[in-house]
This record gives sequence, structure tokens and C-alpha cells, in this order.
Amino acid sequence: MHVPILKQRDYLIASIQSVLSDEDLLQLRDDLSERVGQFRSRGVIIDVTVLDVIDSFATRTLRAIAHMLKLRGADTVIVGIQPDVAFTMVQLGLTLEGIGTALDLEEGLAHLDRQLKRNLHDVK
Amino acid sequence: MSNENHVRIGSALDIVTARQMGRSMAKELGFDGAEVTLIAAAISEVSRNIVEYAKGGEIILQTLNNGCKRGLSVVARDRGPGIPDVDKAMQYGYSTRRGLGVGLPGAKLLMDDFDIVSQVGVGTTITMKKWLHGNAK
Repeated sequence: MHVPILKQRDYLIASIQSVLSDEDLLQLRDDLSERVGQFRSRGVIIDVTVLDVIDSFATRTLRAIAHMLKLRGADTVIVGIQPDVAFTMVQLGLTLEGIGTALDLEEGLAHLDRQLKRNLHDVK
Repeated sequence: MSNENHVRIGSALDIVTARQMGRSMAKELGFDGAEVTLIAAAISEVSRNIVEYAKGGEIILQTLNNGCKRGLSVVARDRGPGIPDVDKAMQYGYSTRRGLGVGLPGAKLLMDDFDIVSQVGVGTTITMKKWLHGNAK
């Protein structure tokens, strides 16, 4: 299942629509890395609201995506992790350390706005 | 839904099928949302182990009822290369590949019972169970 990627201002929004296979997640990684360059995006939101499980592979891939995009100059924020999914990740000892997370899309956009402002401030 | 279901694991796509089958069986048994998610994640980890290390195998899901308690049994069976050092493979954070080393030890953490039998050159069988109300131990 292909994940649609929308462009909004300086940001990209990848909104996962259904349960993903491993290949779909890897495809998302490649698509995002390419689009960040194409649109010169500064931030990326990955909406995982519909994911019913985030296992070790998904965690590893989300971490890899965020680190790759950071190297491409964009900050990533993961939004929409469901309570049961978060509970299971904690049981498994899985973390998204160093990656932004937010409750939902709206909070994710606010997170990126703050992050961008901070980055600009650091430059000055 | 029948009491026993087999899912052939040949590629990463089958992981999703096994997980969803486990999820619906667990739901039907009366597990709550968080437990259903734990079971689905455990199935995901053992199925991925089959895809990554053995060429193929199967997941057998079975509802359990021993009179006083009910639960779900998940058997992951493959005829892959086998695991030379099971104790090491069950160490959290240990991986022979690029993984996080969370898979098998993680699945054990999520379930009530976990048993692994592996023979080099023959294959690996993992049997794990989750009991309703978690009153197994």
C-alpha cells in the first residue's frame, strides 16, 4: 500500500492509510528522502494513526527515516501513536529517541514550526 | 472463526496476515485492546524471525481452553538453519544481523509462556501463549 505524501508550505505530510508491509515502509523511506530534496522541505510529519502495531522493524525503520531526513536537512515528527501501540512499544523497550513525536497532525505542525524557529534562532 | 488457523510465512507480506489473524482470534477470545496489540506485536516478531532467518515456515494459532482458563497459543515453526546458541539469541539487544535484537526476547516479554526449541540444520519451533486475565503465572 503506497503512502501518499502531501506538500504543505515547507513541510511534507506522509499520511499512512492502512497497515503497512515491511516493503511499504522501506518505500516510504526512499520516497521521503527524494521528496525532501525535490521540494526543499524543512520538516516532515509521518502520521501513524492507523498503525495497529509498531514492532521492532517499524521502530527501526522510523528511526532510520528520521535520521536520514535529518541528514537531508529536514526535521521529522511522528504523530498519532495510539495508546495500545505506545503501551506495547514500552513493553518491548522500543524507543524513538531523538525523534520528535506529537499527539496528532495539528500538534505535529506546531512542533515543526517551533523547531524551525529554533533552528533559525541558532543560526543568528 | 475456527479454533485453529495456519498462516504460511514466505515473505514479509505474510507477517501482516499472521498478525491480523492473531488479532481477530484474540479479540474473539475476549482479550482487551492492549492485550490484543501485545499479541499482534509478538506474532509480528516471531514471523519476522522466520522471514529473516529461515526461507519459510508457518504460524499456527490456536485457542486454548483447559477447563479453568482460556487463551491463545501461537506456534512459529520453520525448517530453517536453526539457532546455534539459543541462550544468546534470547538475550535482549543481541542480533546477528542489522536488527535491534529485540525480536525474540521482545516476544517473550509480551507473552505469558514462551518456549523455543531449535536444532541446527533442522529448524526452530517457538511456542508461546497468552492467557485471558494474565493469570497463568
